[in-house]
Amino acid sequence: MADTRRRTARAGKTRSRSLAHEDQEVLRGYYRQMTLIRAFELRAAEMYTRAKIGGYCHLNLGEEATVVGLMAALREDDYLFATYREHGYALARGADPGRVMAELFGRASGLSGGRGGSMHMFDQEIRLFGGYGIVGAQMPVATGAALALAYRGGPGPGSPAVMCLLGDATTNIGAFHESLNLAALWQLPIVYVIVNNQLGMGTSVQASSAEPDLYKRCCAYRIEGQRADGNDVLAVRDAARAALERARGEYRPALLETVSYRLRGHSVVDPAKYRSAEENDRARAADPLPAFRARLTAAGVLGEDAATQIEAEADKAAAAAVDFADASPAPEVSTLFDGVYASPVPGLYRGMPGDPVASVPAAGA
Amino acid sequence: MTTVTYRQALHDTLRAEMLRDEDIFLIGEEIGVFEGSYKITAGLLAEFGPRRVRDTPIAEEGFTGMAIGAAMLGLRPVVEIMTINFSLLAIDQIINNAAKLRAVSGGQVRVPMVIRTPGGGGQQLSATHSQNLEVFYAHVPGLKVVAPSTPADAKGLLASAIRDDDPVLVLENLALYNTRGEVPDGEHVTEIGQAGVLREGSDITLIGYSRAAVIALGVARRLEADGISAEVIDLRSLRPLDRDTICASVRKTSRAVIIEDDWLSYGIGAEVAATVQEGAFDYLDAPVRRVAAAEVPLPYAKPLELAALPDAGALTRVIQETLRATGFGR
Repeated sequence: MADTRRRTARAGKTRSRSLAHEDQEVLRGYYRQMTLIRAFELRAAEMYTRAKIGGYCHLNLGEEATVVGLMAALREDDYLFATYREHGYALARGADPGRVMAELFGRASGLSGGRGGSMHMFDQEIRLFGGYGIVGAQMPVATGAALALAYRGGPGPGSPAVMCLLGDATTNIGAFHESLNLAALWQLPIVYVIVNNQLGMGTSVQASSAEPDLYKRCCAYRIEGQRADGNDVLAVRDAARAALERARGEYRPALLETVSYRLRGHSVVDPAKYRSAEENDRARAADPLPAFRARLTAAGVLGEDAATQIEAEADKAAAAAVDFADASPAPEVSTLFDGVYASPVPGLYRGMPGDPVASVPAAGA
Repeated sequence: MTTVTYRQALHDTLRAEMLRDEDIFLIGEEIGVFEGSYKITAGLLAEFGPRRVRDTPIAEEGFTGMAIGAAMLGLRPVVEIMTINFSLLAIDQIINNAAKLRAVSGGQVRVPMVIRTPGGGGQQLSATHSQNLEVFYAHVPGLKVVAPSTPADAKGLLASAIRDDDPVLVLENLALYNTRGEVPDGEHVTEIGQAGVLREGSDITLIGYSRAAVIALGVARRLEADGISAEVIDLRSLRPLDRDTICASVRKTSRAVIIEDDWLSYGIGAEVAATVQEGAFDYLDAPVRRVAAAEVPLPYAKPLELAALPDAGALTRVIQETLRATGFGR
């Protein structure tokens, strides 16, 4: 085939290159972020059981290496569209943990003003454009953001790109196909990342996907597809960085798959009874946090004292986030109709339950 | 003033707005090379090029969602969904994203986009291609829905929709594309949320939107010869609904009949009737009546299709029944 646009699917290296080439402070920074996410999510689970958090609450436990690796690859001027399992991404992207927790608590100081909750974290400052509660709903929207970048700019090493996160089960819905087809057809600066934690709620990838090697779906769109070890922060970072550089530099979209394992249920309230004891053992054995700690320690990057200190600081930060959230006021009921429309809407009905829609003028009025 | 068709008014407005603002682009199926299924976008690809007139694959969810994402980054996309029936393929994007992203982000993002889409039956397109689904969208906070019935409003409401910072669905109508009317030259915008009084009257209020408003106006003119003075309200905006104009009119006339192309149950007319009974109860001399489509999937065969759709005859009959019930003219 002479078609130079034809791309191939490939499984990434299972292990990233040696730590010798890495900046030690950067490595410790990754461990710091992973530890913070772990501590934050454990706190969130605890707060949920104490009824401080309502609704659905999906945690990144077990995905910390993927989260931190992806966010390390993203530049400040890039755009991020996430799924409903996005607390860790907000944190690793630089959102204030207090404001993330406050959103979970439904407080006015939350990232989305207490309007969105766990599934709808937005922070324009860090170009986090949600937080999407409907599976796959973020995919066309993220693709449109990439279209806007192409509309206004052009490819180049200094151009921003879009990263669109999705779960393994999202690869089976129509929005996945329509988005990838459009992005490839129009050559848009976007990298789709399948965060494969091997379960869509309780349904395994094997039970839901006729091609369980999800990254191979790239072939249908003639874009590059790659799989990386989602438990290896450096492998994730390097794969994502390379895909992003092609996206921004040449407007070549890509499909990256990271494979990790969810340590707990689909959401806080899910006891995950569909998983066998062996699977749970495997998940715990693959836990990226102790693995990275051991790797850094073995390489002499992280001493025991430093590791313990990082972990203590993470616990402290998570506790401080809870304190901040708890001390923050809930949004005033008087603000109920704020932030629904951006333009003035004359005649908009703003009645509360039980209010009349129209009133008869008083006699003589 | 210049007399043009509804179709031409839409086309000219799109073109004028695109000339005015570089951030406006069109996206949809067959709008470029094919020049639009109903030719609203004829000539625009040639004039503006493929960057601003984007032909898409058949992927309503994909390109509607893309317009939302582009709008979040500051562009002003105008989506054409070939007919409102196909909007069902994009309904998750419209209802769960376009209408909600500003709210769930705590007011951080805005979605300044337009969805243009024609609805309506009467073209022998059968059940799947003849629906009036605007009530789905008019039901949802976060969206705005407008429905021009005249070429002048087609211009004014489309221009307003494009300049609005929220998602606006502009309901067009297959049966209106070839209708003609005077359109103000130059700048002309019609405020969203303001009903129009197409004709003043004192005996009865007729309320409709889109094609039904045109029918109501025709009936009102004919009734004049019988000594009946009918006021005609064109809703123009389904969300927000101009309840004040509706109620003020019924307080004056004491009678109201609503005509609508959508199905009766849970329709736009039901909301209007509920509004009237709250805002003009003591003024009413007769129950508020609705003239709507028969509740069947619209059949292909012409006699069946004609029978199922509301028309001037049905409206006239209901007006006379309402007047008789109140002793009008005795």
